[in-house]
Amino acid sequence: MATSTAAPDADRREPRAGSPARKPARRPHGPRRSLLPYLLLAPAVVLELAVHVIPMVVGVWMSLLELTQFHIRDWSTAPFIGWENYRATLDLNSAAGKELLHSFWVTLAYSVLSVGFAWLLGISAAVVLQRPFRGRAILRALFLTPYALPVYAAVITWSFLLQRDTGLVNHVLVDQLGLLDERPFWLIGDNSFASLLVVSVWRNWPFAFLCLMAGLQNVSGELYEAAAIDGAGFWRRLRSVTLPMLRPVNLVLLLVLFLWTFNDFNTPYVLFGGSAPEQADLISIHIYRSSFKTWDFGSGSAMSVALLLFLLIVSAAYLLITNRRRDDHA
Amino acid sequence: MSRRHLGIFTAAVLAAASLTACGGSGDDSAASPKTLTYWASNQGPSLEADKTILQPELDKFEKQTGIKVTIEVVPWSDLLNRLLAAAASGKGPDVVNIGNTWSASLQATGALVEFDDATLQAVGGKDRIVPAALAAAGAPGKPPAAVPLYSMAYSLYYNKKAFADAGITAPPTTWEQLAEDGKKLSTGGKWGLAIEGANPSENAHHAFTFSQQYGGEWFDSAGKPTFDTPQNVSAIKRYIDFMAADKITNPSNAEYAQNQSVSDFANGKAAMLLWQSAGSNLKTQNMPADAYGVAPVPFLASPPAGGKKVNSMVAGINMAVFKHTKNKDGALSFVKFMTSDEEQTLLNKTYGSLPAVKTAGADPAFSATEQKNIQETLVTTAAPLPQVPEESTFETLVGTAMKELFADAASGKPVTEASVKAKLTDAQQKMR
Repeated sequence: MATSTAAPDADRREPRAGSPARKPARRPHGPRRSLLPYLLLAPAVVLELAVHVIPMVVGVWMSLLELTQFHIRDWSTAPFIGWENYRATLDLNSAAGKELLHSFWVTLAYSVLSVGFAWLLGISAAVVLQRPFRGRAILRALFLTPYALPVYAAVITWSFLLQRDTGLVNHVLVDQLGLLDERPFWLIGDNSFASLLVVSVWRNWPFAFLCLMAGLQNVSGELYEAAAIDGAGFWRRLRSVTLPMLRPVNLVLLLVLFLWTFNDFNTPYVLFGGSAPEQADLISIHIYRSSFKTWDFGSGSAMSVALLLFLLIVSAAYLLITNRRRDDHA
Repeated sequence: MSRRHLGIFTAAVLAAASLTACGGSGDDSAASPKTLTYWASNQGPSLEADKTILQPELDKFEKQTGIKVTIEVVPWSDLLNRLLAAAASGKGPDVVNIGNTWSASLQATGALVEFDDATLQAVGGKDRIVPAALAAAGAPGKPPAAVPLYSMAYSLYYNKKAFADAGITAPPTTWEQLAEDGKKLSTGGKWGLAIEGANPSENAHHAFTFSQQYGGEWFDSAGKPTFDTPQNVSAIKRYIDFMAADKITNPSNAEYAQNQSVSDFANGKAAMLLWQSAGSNLKTQNMPADAYGVAPVPFLASPPAGGKKVNSMVAGINMAVFKHTKNKDGALSFVKFMTSDEEQTLLNKTYGSLPAVKTAGADPAFSATEQKNIQETLVTTAAPLPQVPEESTFETLVGTAMKELFADAASGKPVTEASVKAKLTDAQQKMR
C-alpha cells in the first residue's frame, strides 16, 4: 500500500512546488477542501447523535416524569415529578429499593464470575492453540461456534436442556450416570444462578479466546526463545512473557466483557422467559420488568440512568487506575 | 486502496447506513383506505394454524368490501408488549385482538377507539352483544374500549379413564374433594392436577377466582390495591398447596409456562386440568373428546363469610381499533364482519369458544358438553376481573409472586401464611 500511494503523491507534489503562479488559482478549492473532513465526519456524528446521545437524553428526561400507561401515548401530558422516581426506586427501605439492590449484587456477582471464567477459558485455549499442530484450525473454528450462533437459538436450546423432566442435563445426571437421586431444578430456585452463569460463560468465552489469540500473534517468538535459553519453564514464560505482552489486549477485553455481561439482557430473558427467578434476577431484566411489565417507564428509566452512572464510574475508575499503572511502569 | 479512497469508502458506508436507518421505520399503519393491518391473538394450536383458519375469512372480507387485511398472529407472551409499543408510538396495526382483562389497562392509554353507542351501532348494535362479555371490555361507566369477539370460561377437565381406574365416579365439586381425588390419582409417576405454574397470567386468573371464593378483592372500590388481605393470603395458599401440601401436582409444573400442563393432561401424565376452552387444543394433541369429561370448576366446601359463588373469570378475547388508524371506517367494518353471526359461529366453533353475540348461539356445536359448561358458567358463576387501569400490572405482579411461591414449593421450601403474605405485600408495594 505504501509503495502504490507514494508514486502519485510524488507526481502531484512536483508541479505544486515548481509553479507558485498557480497557487491563487487553487484558492477556490480551499474552503471546499476544509469542508471535506466535516462532511466525511457528518454521517458518523449524525449516527452517534441518533443512536447514542439522543436516546440517552430522552432516557434521562423520562426518568423525571411520571410516565405510566395514562401518558405513554402523549408524553407531554406526563407530570414532571423531578427526583421522585429516583427517590422511590433507590430508597433501600422500600420493597422496590431492596429488590433493586438485591438485583445489583446478583448482577455484580454474575458479571465478575462470568468474565473471570470466560477469560480463564479464553487464555487457556489461546495458549494451548498458540503453537501449530495438526487439527489446530478445526479446534479454533470449533471453539468459536458458540459466538457464531444466534443468541436466541443458542439460549433457548439451553433452556430445553435444563428443563427438569424432559431436559438432557437431568437425563444424563440422574438417569444415565445416577449421580443424583432427585431431579434438580435448573431454571428455578437456587440453581438458576449457576445455570445462567454457565450459559453466559459458554457464550462469552469464545470472544475472549478470539481477542487473546489475536493478541498472541503479536508476541514475538524470539522472546520465548530468549526466555527458554534463560531456563524459563512453561509457567514462568506464561507469567513473564505472555501475560505482560497481552496486557493491552486484556485491558480492553476485560472492560468490554464486564460491560456486556453487566448489561446482558438476552441470556436471562430467553433462558427464563421474561421473569427471572430472584436468585438470577439480573438488573437488565429487573428494569425491563419494572418498566414494560408494570407499565411504569419513569421508574424504569430512573433505574437505567442509575445503572448508566454506575457503569460510567466503574469504567472511568478502571481506565484511570490502569492508565496510571501504565504511566508508573513507563 | 489509498488513504483517501479508504476515507471516501468509509464515508459512503456510513452515509448508506444512516440512510437505511432513516428509511427503516416501516410497520406504519395502512395509508391506503383499501388495506388494514390486523394483529390476531393465538387462539389455535399454533400461530401457523391461526393464520390458516383466519385467512379464508379475510379473503371473504376482501371480496365483500375490497379491503385487503394483512394479518399477523402474535403469541401471547409478546402481545401486551407489542400493543403497548403500538400505543406509545402511534404506529402499528389498525385492528387488534386483546385479552379482555387488559381492556381497562389499554383503555387508560387513550390509544383505542371508544365504542360509544353510535360506534357500537356502526358495528351491529349494542343489544346483540352478550352483556357479561361487554362488561369485560372496559372500565365501568365509560364507553367500552373494545368489542367482545370470543367468550370463554374456566372448566375442570378430567381424564375419564384415570378416574375410573382410581374408583372415582364423579368429578369433584369442592376443592377438598379435588385434593382427595388428586391423592388417589397421584401414583406411579402420574399426578392429580396439572398447573401452569410459571405463567403469571394463568396464575393471576386463579388468584382472582380463589380470592372471590374466600371473600377477597384485589382492588378496593377506589381502585387501590388490596393484595395482602387475609382472604387473599388464604386464597393463594389454597392454590399453591395443591403442590406444596396436597402434593397432587408434579413439582416440575413450577417451571411450566408454554402450555406444558395441557400436554401433560393430553398425554395422561396428569388427570385434571383447570383451563379455558381446552377442547381444540386437546384435539390437536390427539386426545379424543370422549376421553375426557368437562365439569364446573369446584368451590370451597364451606366458604367463609363473604365468600362468593364465583368459579371463573369472564374470559375472552376482545377486538379493538387503534385511534391512529388512517382507515377507521374500514376498521369498523372489519369489526362488524368479525362479529357477524356467520363469522361468530364459524370461528368460535373452530376455537371451541362461545360467540360473544346473542344471535349466534343456535348452532348445535355450541351445545356440546364443553361449550354448554362454559355457557352455564358464564351465565351463572363467572365474574369479570377488576376492570381497573392497573389490572395488567396486577396480573404481572401477583402472577409472578405465585410463580416464585410455586418455585419454593417445588424445591421443598415451606409455603406458609407468612411467606405468602410477604410476597403479596412486596407485590403491592410495587404498585403506584
